[in-house]
Amino acid sequence: MATHNEGINRSDRLSAPVPRRRLVELLLGGGFLATAFAFFYPVLRYLIPPKASDLGSDSVVAGHVGELKPNSGKIFRFGARPGLLIRTASGEYRAMSAICTHLSCTVQYRDDLRSVWCACHNGMYDLNGRNVSGPPPRPLEVFEVQVRGEEIHVRRRREA
Amino acid sequence: MSGQRHRGRARLRPCRKGPQDDGALASEVSRPHSMHVRFSIHEMVLRSCLAVLLLCTLGYSQTKNSCLDCHSALPDPLGVSQETFSHDIHAQQGLTCASCHGGDPTNDDADKAMSRKAGWKGKIDRAQIPQLCGSCHSDAAFMRQYNPSLRTDQLSQYKTSVHGKRLAAGDSKVAVCTDCHSVHDLRAPSDPASTVNPVNVANTCAHCHADAGYMSAYKIPTNQFSEYSKSVHHDALAVRGDLSAPTCTTCHGNHGAAPPGVDKVQNVCSNCHTFQAQMYEKSSHKKAFDAASLPGCVVCHGNHGISHPTDAKLGVGPDTVCMRCHTPGDACDQARAGLLSSLSQLDKAIKNADQVLAVAESSGMEVSEARLGQDQARDSLTKARVTIHSFRTDLVNQDIQAGLKVADKNLQAGQQAMVERNHRRLGLAVSLIAIGLVLIGLRLYIKQIES
Amino acid sequence: MSPLRNAQKWLDERLEWDDLIAPLRKKTVPKHHLSYWYFLGGITLFLFVIQVLTGILLLLYYRPGANEAFESVQYIMTQVQFGWLIRSIHSWSANLMIFTAFAHMFSVLFLKAYRKPRELTWVSGVILLFLVMGFGFSGYLLPWNTLAFFATKVGTEITGQVPVIGKPMMIFLRGGEEVTGATLTRFFGFHVAVLPGLATLLILIHLLLVQRQGISVPPKLEVEWSRNPAAKREMKFFPNFALRELMAWYVALGVLGALAAIFPWNLGVKADPFVPAPAGIKPEWYFLFMFQTLKLIPPKVWFIDGEVLGVLAFGWIGLVWLLLPFFESDDPAHPKPWITGFAVIALAYVAGMSVYGHLAK
Repeated sequence: MATHNEGINRSDRLSAPVPRRRLVELLLGGGFLATAFAFFYPVLRYLIPPKASDLGSDSVVAGHVGELKPNSGKIFRFGARPGLLIRTASGEYRAMSAICTHLSCTVQYRDDLRSVWCACHNGMYDLNGRNVSGPPPRPLEVFEVQVRGEEIHVRRRREA
Repeated sequence: MSGQRHRGRARLRPCRKGPQDDGALASEVSRPHSMHVRFSIHEMVLRSCLAVLLLCTLGYSQTKNSCLDCHSALPDPLGVSQETFSHDIHAQQGLTCASCHGGDPTNDDADKAMSRKAGWKGKIDRAQIPQLCGSCHSDAAFMRQYNPSLRTDQLSQYKTSVHGKRLAAGDSKVAVCTDCHSVHDLRAPSDPASTVNPVNVANTCAHCHADAGYMSAYKIPTNQFSEYSKSVHHDALAVRGDLSAPTCTTCHGNHGAAPPGVDKVQNVCSNCHTFQAQMYEKSSHKKAFDAASLPGCVVCHGNHGISHPTDAKLGVGPDTVCMRCHTPGDACDQARAGLLSSLSQLDKAIKNADQVLAVAESSGMEVSEARLGQDQARDSLTKARVTIHSFRTDLVNQDIQAGLKVADKNLQAGQQAMVERNHRRLGLAVSLIAIGLVLIGLRLYIKQIES
Repeated sequence: MSPLRNAQKWLDERLEWDDLIAPLRKKTVPKHHLSYWYFLGGITLFLFVIQVLTGILLLLYYRPGANEAFESVQYIMTQVQFGWLIRSIHSWSANLMIFTAFAHMFSVLFLKAYRKPRELTWVSGVILLFLVMGFGFSGYLLPWNTLAFFATKVGTEITGQVPVIGKPMMIFLRGGEEVTGATLTRFFGFHVAVLPGLATLLILIHLLLVQRQGISVPPKLEVEWSRNPAAKREMKFFPNFALRELMAWYVALGVLGALAAIFPWNLGVKADPFVPAPAGIKPEWYFLFMFQTLKLIPPKVWFIDGEVLGVLAFGWIGLVWLLLPFFESDDPAHPKPWITGFAVIALAYVAGMSVYGHLAK
């Protein structure tokens, strides 16, 4: 905004020396290209779906068929919290929250006791998550299990 | 008695005097749950009318209970209001005053209702109360009609307790059934307003046991309640509402109340604190404490005022427990120092990893997996603190090492996230340079076309 | 012929392109010591375009619904490549846009650009400002975190204070009596469909009006230039002003990128309706001045409930704001001084109350 009436009365090109013009063109062209790249590169990467498929916090793949022997259990990740997947002696799958309702230690499956046990204060839960002995005041939250093909899906129970 | 008018204060004139009235007038000092209700003339009139109205309209009790016609309007210690009695579980089950006090509740004439011929017992002597209650509550066949799952051994337990034994020896100051369970508004223990609901038990015991004047003859301390109120058990039960936490009766028993005995303390604690007890059982300290007749767990943790144990218990400061017995510099002191430093090491490692992860997370990095892993490390620390009770450094170190491994892994993850974050900043710098170039170029171009 | 000229010729043969863009060639921008303020409108437009673009990108991964919203935003922030960048730019640009919209409005107010014949431009602009604040309010809830949940609760509660129509309005906004998943779905609909549609329409009207009427000049300057036409200073819109505007846009882009990379937008904690509200819940900064005012009004003023009075007062002021140009005089030589005074007080009040609201517990 230096002098008045730019561009109204004069021709607006070819008034600077050539090397200066080259430099400006280089800067502009290079700059535009660089910023366009800086803009489009993230957007294109963004558009490609990530490998970790998001099933929402409501449902995760807790394991695969054949991974668990009968009468054994494993801890899996359910959102930000641990869950316990159990395969009972008769072969069926159960899943529940692995956070003890007493003081939030992580519970485990005891194959010798065929129950869910908390190592911190000897709390016991049955295979339906019900607190049966020891300090836990409430049952464990039980999840729904669905076997789809090779994958064992665990889902939060839907409320009405 | 509906036509009677009560004037002024504690006058028994409208209800004809019986032979037991004089004794009943004297106030009972040692009755912990006496009801202190003052009546004005208006209140008494109102209450008697209400009582009658209630009886007539509600008729909440199937059986006729004429006793309350007068006694609901009488002042202490003869007064039992309709409202109070409505909370009583015996009343709700259809029992009447006569069920315990005898007499004829169907008769409106005071003399006939409270006559010896009708079996009236009047005020029950304190020493007779356990027997009276036991006459139903120890009869399994009888109790089955009301609640088949109720225990029926309360009286026999009571007889083994300190209270029961002293009562049998003639001491009527000790607690009898009504002192703890209340009377006339006796509620089931599961009722939050019941004096024997777990949350209220300590208060009930404290009525006598915290009263230094009352307990002066017995030469036992009266600070248990004040100590317990500061404890971690009280905090769990009364403040956090965790009903699995212990109160007086959990460790001392309720009907068979007595202190556990020095060598049996460990058994009592082990009911909840299984692992600590198991480890202590095999440890060197058990032998030593037993030999010295020391009460196991209580030596280090106290009995009533059990505070939340911190690592400072292993230290040399005011909270220390080890240095009360051990000499500074000996092998045990060194082991102690080693244990303390291991625990501190793991604690620090966990906090360190937490910090790095927090910074990474707040910078927008994905570290939820590592955050979850920190729970595992914390579990290891908890485990190590339990293993202390084995008094074996090798076992404790096992847990510590496991925890350190996990904490280290999570720290790595956090640091990795920070590296990624710095990559982002680098990317930003590059983009800003590109933008800078464009800005310079545009400026020059503008100058160019305007010159 | 150069490829550019070829393209132009192709368009001209089918759309009479040259006639269409002829006015753009002639468009000028006045030059004076206050011309820098003219950039603000364009910057706001640029930020709006950024919002639309990043918003569409976010739409590819976001899931509206109480049980999925938070997790989907978390997914975008942590799993999607450059998701953190897109989301943070969207959040920062939203705040920046609201700021520049306010700045643009106040600059128009002080430069008195709203006076005849530009009243409708002002009206469309004020409505756009309300829409932009609606964008902010509805968008803020979408991540479904605790702060947003309670801010929405408080905000819609205040709407309910309006007499007569308040309660139905609140139920309409909330999709029910309380703030629930239904509110989230509804706000999502407002944020991605209703508001963008209305905003696009109004922006087109606003721009068309600016195109038709040219850029306004402060009254004193207009008087001076009409007396002495030789003193008039202008620059061509294309390419001179446009290039400068482009510089401003690039600066804005740089600022956005820096903010997004150095201060990524927080995720917060997932909303739980059953947890009590954390202490000191405040709305976003652009609502602070109203929020703080309502907090300061005593519970009862005369016989009227304090909050109702506050809400009504703001409603009235909003209406006056909308119709401000119609109070202004037509003669640029004698503008109404009370409007300038009103504007100064308003600016001081908004700025002061915002700072106060931010610092207050």
